[in-house]
Amino acid sequence: MALLEVNHIEKHFGSTRVLEDIGFTLEKGEVVAIIGSSGSGKTTLLRCLNFLETPDQGQIILNDEVLFDAEDPATLDKKEVRKKRLHFGLVFQNFNLFPQYTALENVMLAKELLAKEKPDYKENRKEIHQQIEAQAKGLLCRMGLEDRMYNYPQQLSGGQQQRVSIARALAMDPDILCFDEPTSALDPELTGEVLKVIKELKDTGSTMIVVTHEMEFARHVADKIIFMADGIIEEVGTPEEVFEHPKSAKTCAFLQKSTEI
Amino acid sequence: MDFWTITGLLLQGFGITCLLFALTLLLAIPLGLALSFLSMSKFKFIKAPVKIFIWIIRGIPLMLFIFVIYYLPSLLADGNAGANIFNSIDLQMTIAAGSTELLWQGRFLAVLIAFVINYACYFSEIFRGGIESIPQGQYEAGYVLGLTKNQVFFKIVLKQVVKRIVPALSNEIITLVKDTALANAIAIPEIIHCAKMMASSQALIWPIFYTAAFYLLFVGLLTVLLGKVEKKLSYFKA
Ligand SMILES: Nc1ncnc2c1ncn2[C@@H]1O[C@H](COP(=O)(O)OP(=O)(O)OP(=O)(O)O)[C@@H](O)[C@H]1O
Ligand SMILES: [Mg+2]
Repeated sequence: MALLEVNHIEKHFGSTRVLEDIGFTLEKGEVVAIIGSSGSGKTTLLRCLNFLETPDQGQIILNDEVLFDAEDPATLDKKEVRKKRLHFGLVFQNFNLFPQYTALENVMLAKELLAKEKPDYKENRKEIHQQIEAQAKGLLCRMGLEDRMYNYPQQLSGGQQQRVSIARALAMDPDILCFDEPTSALDPELTGEVLKVIKELKDTGSTMIVVTHEMEFARHVADKIIFMADGIIEEVGTPEEVFEHPKSAKTCAFLQKSTEI
Repeated sequence: MDFWTITGLLLQGFGITCLLFALTLLLAIPLGLALSFLSMSKFKFIKAPVKIFIWIIRGIPLMLFIFVIYYLPSLLADGNAGANIFNSIDLQMTIAAGSTELLWQGRFLAVLIAFVINYACYFSEIFRGGIESIPQGQYEAGYVLGLTKNQVFFKIVLKQVVKRIVPALSNEIITLVKDTALANAIAIPEIIHCAKMMASSQALIWPIFYTAAFYLLFVGLLTVLLGKVEKKLSYFKA
């Protein structure tokens, strides 16, 4: 039984079709890399999974629970959506850290706000706070940021900021963590530290969807490659299948171009 | 009249200046925030009238707007501006409860309304600019973490907006201090009005110039205060 099942997702912006009949599955612990040229709809797909966009067609099923079904408007109930999107985490290309909070506060904020809504918060506020803080510190240590916890985002390098934002996403314990070109906004010498962290997450069993232009990374870390072109999934397979024996002409052309430089 | 008597009389007028300033600020900020949200509404039938309203208010002199608020209701009511509605309002204000004050208390309401509406429009444009300058990514990062719209606004966006608008707001607040002098157009006994009265009744001109000291002191104080706010928000970059 697949952890995630995406069926026939379709998305239009005005009259342009950006996603067309997107379907794939993801097993627990699996890492899938989505590659494809600019404008092929990779970001839009991640945004659909995170309920930042509403697909026009299709279904998103997680652990047998229908999170989204275009035919069933009840799946878009605001309160429910808020809960459902916590199944997914999203790491943005440009981090989007909250500038007025320290690294630690960035990681803790959402969890604290969520805890405040629980009925037993008032009695146990101290313990809950300590627990959240301990978890956040643990995550930042895992990201190699133990001596950067009390820094504000503008005091951190791009690579450090991106690692904070990964910790922030992990704090909500998502079933699936999505990355949208996590290293594209970084100087080349900083991409390594972020990719290393993602690789470590894979080793501890995290399920991830990574949109990336780092072909070497995709080849060595992903279990599955999805190649997108013009809003459709052109080719799916293991890294070996897609990189060594691409079936589609578009995939060939893309791979050739992206390894040329 | 000696220096101290005059200072005392001017201080009374300055009290009214300060009252007008404080009440305007207190009321125009929430009203301005409301207007800014309306002017960003998705619905055209809300957004368009609000924008036109703001354009009109910002487009006419405040002095003229004071006259409009003061005279128009009476004109519309009985076509006779002689019996002004505002003058018949007997506001029981605790700060000035003598018989002569009763004459201006009602008019004060007219001036206050004009100031609040006028400044709310200016503030709303500043708020709108501030809110619209926050990148969409900040909202999305909040939503993805399961925050509600309100949480995103109050916990993430608001402080960044405040930081961005403090300089523009400071300017507007300092302008407001000096704009209070316009209240003397309908004989509210604010400080300049008091000084003018002395000029006509005692043939004393210098108190008019002396009022500058009061304004400068007040503006100086505000500048320091607003500078502190700005400094307090300088720990982060937005
Ligand atoms: N909000 C929007 N409104 C209209 N069109 C949009 C919107 N967002 C994306 N698009 C269009 O959808 C298409 C797919 O965009 P998307 O950002 O998903 O591509 P991408 O594969 O992530 O590209 P890149 O590699 O450049 O990030 C593009 O043609 C883009 O112009
Ligand atoms: Mg993209």
